[in-house]
Amino acid sequence: MRLSLTVNSRPYQAEGVWEGESLLYVLRERLGFWGAKNACEQGECGSCSVVLDGVLVCACLVAAGQAQHSEILTVEGLTPGRSPDDLGPVQRAFLEAGAVQCGFCTPGLIVASHELLRQNPAPTDAQVREALAGNLCRCTGYEKILDAVRLAAAGLEGGPL
Amino acid sequence: MDFLSPTTLAEALEAKAERPEALPIMGGTDVMVEVNFGRRRPAALLDLTKVPELAEWGRDDGVLRVGAGVTYTRVIEELGRLLPGLAIASRTVGSPQIRNRGTVGGNLGSASPAGDAHPPLLAAGAEVEVASARGRRTVPVEEFFIGPKRNVLAPDELVLAFRSRPAAGPEQFCKVGTRNAMVIAVASFSLALDPAERRVGTGIGSAAPTPRRAKEAEAFLEDELAEDDLWGMPRALGPQVVNRFSELVVLAASPIDDVRGTAAYRKHALGVMARRALCWAWDEYQRS
Amino acid sequence: MSTVLSQPWAGERERLGLRGGVGSDAPRPDGILKVKGRFAFSSDLWAEGMIWGATARSPHPRALIAGIDVSEALRLPGVRCVLTQEDVPGRKTYGLEVADQPVLAIDEVRYQGEPIAIVAADDPETARRAAAAVYVGYNVLEPVVDPEEALRTSSDKVHPTGNIVRHLKVRRGDPDATADIVVSGEYEVRMQDQAFLGPESGLAVPAEDGGVDLYVATQWLHVDQDQVAASLGLPAGKVRLSLSGVGGAFGAREDLSLQVHLCMLALRTGRPVKMVYSREESFFGHVHRHPARLRYTHGANRDGKLVYVKAEILLDGGAYMSSSRAVVANAGTLGIGPYEVPNVSMDAYGVYTNNPPCGAMRGFGAVQACFAYESQMDRLAAALGVGPVELRARNAMAEGSVMPTGQVVEGPAPVAELLRRVHSAPLPPALGAAAAATSLPGGAANTTHGEGVARGVGYALGFKNVGFSEGFDDYSTARVSLARAGGRPIATVHTAAAEVGQGLVTVQAQIARTELGTEQVVVETADTQVGSAGSSSASRQTYVTGGAVKAACAEVREVLFERAAQLLGCLPADLVIADEAVVVREGGGFGADRAVPLVELVADGPVERTVQWRHRPTQPVDPETGQGNAHVQYCFAAHRAVVDVDVELGLVKVVEIVTAQDVGKAINPSAVLGQIHGGTAQGLGLALMEEIQVEGGRVKNASFTDYLIPTILDMPPMRVDVLELGDPFAPYGLRGVGEAPTISSTPAIVAAVRAATGRDLTRVPVRPEDIIGEVAS
Repeated sequence: MRLSLTVNSRPYQAEGVWEGESLLYVLRERLGFWGAKNACEQGECGSCSVVLDGVLVCACLVAAGQAQHSEILTVEGLTPGRSPDDLGPVQRAFLEAGAVQCGFCTPGLIVASHELLRQNPAPTDAQVREALAGNLCRCTGYEKILDAVRLAAAGLEGGPL
Repeated sequence: MDFLSPTTLAEALEAKAERPEALPIMGGTDVMVEVNFGRRRPAALLDLTKVPELAEWGRDDGVLRVGAGVTYTRVIEELGRLLPGLAIASRTVGSPQIRNRGTVGGNLGSASPAGDAHPPLLAAGAEVEVASARGRRTVPVEEFFIGPKRNVLAPDELVLAFRSRPAAGPEQFCKVGTRNAMVIAVASFSLALDPAERRVGTGIGSAAPTPRRAKEAEAFLEDELAEDDLWGMPRALGPQVVNRFSELVVLAASPIDDVRGTAAYRKHALGVMARRALCWAWDEYQRS
Repeated sequence: MSTVLSQPWAGERERLGLRGGVGSDAPRPDGILKVKGRFAFSSDLWAEGMIWGATARSPHPRALIAGIDVSEALRLPGVRCVLTQEDVPGRKTYGLEVADQPVLAIDEVRYQGEPIAIVAADDPETARRAAAAVYVGYNVLEPVVDPEEALRTSSDKVHPTGNIVRHLKVRRGDPDATADIVVSGEYEVRMQDQAFLGPESGLAVPAEDGGVDLYVATQWLHVDQDQVAASLGLPAGKVRLSLSGVGGAFGAREDLSLQVHLCMLALRTGRPVKMVYSREESFFGHVHRHPARLRYTHGANRDGKLVYVKAEILLDGGAYMSSSRAVVANAGTLGIGPYEVPNVSMDAYGVYTNNPPCGAMRGFGAVQACFAYESQMDRLAAALGVGPVELRARNAMAEGSVMPTGQVVEGPAPVAELLRRVHSAPLPPALGAAAAATSLPGGAANTTHGEGVARGVGYALGFKNVGFSEGFDDYSTARVSLARAGGRPIATVHTAAAEVGQGLVTVQAQIARTELGTEQVVVETADTQVGSAGSSSASRQTYVTGGAVKAACAEVREVLFERAAQLLGCLPADLVIADEAVVVREGGGFGADRAVPLVELVADGPVERTVQWRHRPTQPVDPETGQGNAHVQYCFAAHRAVVDVDVELGLVKVVEIVTAQDVGKAINPSAVLGQIHGGTAQGLGLALMEEIQVEGGRVKNASFTDYLIPTILDMPPMRVDVLELGDPFAPYGLRGVGEAPTISSTPAIVAAVRAATGRDLTRVPVRPEDIIGEVAS
């Protein structure tokens, strides 16, 4: 089938999509958005997190056809500009806080953190933990990830995401 | 594989009638796992997420009717006061990503004995509204499950909604898992008190081939509460009452040993949860 | 307190305060790509004309292969080839210590998941279906699943060489020593998995010269290259490996997984072939941590001083050797802990079984032993009527202590100080009366509102060797060049060292900045075009590859100083680097006319040097006594854990973990903390939730649904106290960091749960059933 959808504010079409494919497969293998990762393909790790019509989801659990005419935000869409050093506030915070080690969980965590701060610009630690409970990280123990979200939240005092 | 994408309920029912082998998919939190792993290759997927009627909830003559497409996140945010037990249970489901897509209707469709929504629905005495091109019917939740991952749906039927009166009194839900998030219940317990009807409702999860009520426990407690007019003049429950209630809940379960826990532990955990849930619910009732 | 190493121009270097050098929180060079989602992991690789591979695996833990029929698989449209062991062109087996593991099963299978055939097809779905269509006839055999049974001569042999892969003995002091108080215990450590997030994956591209280019996530490019070349029957020069992005390793990528398979498929089809394991397949595709049974007896006198330790450790190595011999040696030589004990008798065994193969996982034998000896120390403390901290402090190792192997501990060994620091850290506040749900055991699952909750505090000490031991020729190679680009000097560092997330690429750049005084450094992709860097394991890379980079920089610097000395009319010894120029060091000031810019010194071309660098040699241990200088360095850590336990449901909430660790010199302090946090998290996982459940040789929980690793809701706030006491023998005085935090974290948490519940808890992971004790049905 043919899939028409908007990704990071631009329209895309994918041809020859198999009806059993997941949105994750479409994004990675057909549309070139390989930021979202496949670490479990069953919604248990959050590495494939994207925003679908304004809601944080695991792309591996969305059937391709369910994303027809939808709006998707991926980690690639959080970079505001084109220059190599342009970074969104959440991305910058993750780097500054040292929250990136192997980086496999990073895209999913950045999308989930971005969504959290968009809805709640000043979350408590408990709220951050609950919001990120669906994103596994094996490298960091989450300590610096919490630092990163706090840092990003602090930086938002100038305005919302 | 075909992908069917109805945009009205009538279309959806027609599609299911024409293609009974089509696998309905809502949040995909069960179906897509099966498809991703090649465990299921249905001839067609029937996407129900574009059917607006299924995503609505409302009141119908005092009874809440919640469409099968209402996600756990929406249950928490919009139905927290009307269905507190279900809201607590919804908060324990998976992760934010899962809660944003997963639905109670989907949980019913999958009919897992570990489904988190099932015990609160049992405790509330909810009913499942089921439909096909042939018509609609209503099935009490306790009659809806017939075996592990099996329900009473005919091949051409879909879950439309569940119906429940808004909570008339305190409700509780507890779930034991070996991790603090994203964990399938080792055992779960739900309790609902209805002072107006003088009814006690319970639901047991992950401790039997299907979710089930602890009917003897309910009857015992209803008797105790009625006998001493504790509904009308609430005072502390005696420990013997609480313990007996807990024992009867445990007796109602028939858990197995599996990779997540032993039968013995499940029984023990149910007993503890039943005792605590009753104390919390009764405490709340006393204070209200 | 820290020891500053003296180097000829250390003073100047510190004064320069070069940005991004050794000791700074230099940002990761790959960080920007990673946060943008533009960093290519091995599962993101793509090549024009690429096809896909898949693997057919044994469902049985032990069986003879009666026959393999690939005809149906070949008939599927889009399938390019199906290969079995007959198609392995060269050596049919591989292995890190012994080549006992078939590339593809030969006549029999020894573990559930053993690869039997590989498929190449046009798309991953077809490849998967074709692998499922390979029909194998099995004569199923009863698997050897009990390691104690496997020890006996009466047991079936998993391999013709017998089931015992190693018996390490350590004998020191008086075997008949007596003590006032004796405590014994039996402990069990179950099978943990590395559970890295990035699945096994890679891309093999056939080359025009008949060789192959392999892009893969791994821990040691050259050892992969050796084994792949041997199995392909090709010279090493025709098997070129490049490190693609690694999504975590923790030991699971030391052994081959899909490397030979990919190359075979690529060479047979003439097309680039990509393979990505699913999560379920990943659980079968790599080695796990050795499950262990440990029996210890500790004897101490009434003054609290340890007199003797006798121990037996049995490690279940599963179906193939992997690195089991080294794991046994580690468990045995480190097996009594960072304590002074005059009399030691240790027997550590590794056996073959038909259980899943086990090998390297962060901690490498020291994890299992630490759980046992730290549990024993608490038992002993109770028997002596002494506090657990006090007992440990009385027996703690120090600089100059003698290991059970007779090796003297050289350099700082601040074990007592680490313990003192975690002990004196203020305790977290008690739970308030109206504690939020998320602070309680069970969290949002609403299992308690405070009922049944008891708090406990536990302590543990642990240590690990750094580097490869027992005489292994442990080295790394670095090629460093200084050139000019855009009017500025730029240093390029090229090693084969595998960045697996730990921050090795960052450290390499920091060292080049400090040693060559240039801010711009490029760290090239790791590949086999430069000599081996050794393994990214054993906490060794900052030490050994860092040492190699430092040494190569020193050689480049020597050339620059020679050239500058001639231009400036002075001696090389008079020179230092400042502001990207070579300047004359003269009583505290530099004059502009006594300086030559670096770019001028490389105007005619880059200066490049390659160095192969070794740490001090180690020795094998005596086979009868275990005596020998087996290890080159130790890293020590102490943990304190505070837990709240719902004693009626057996649910644990870890409230806080405090770690103290001596890292010698923190090359990148932020990255050091990241390693300590991450290692502690893996220790928490082993303590409370991580277990590959195996029954009859079969894995029951090969998914993230039921193999549970800690989420952010399971991890507590972690406080870390880092000491930098300077190892005089190591570059910059650094100590390996990565493994020590994984070792003492587990026993500290279990000790805390014991304190809260009064339960013995001799097994990890601890289950709710263990905490509530015997359950009345």
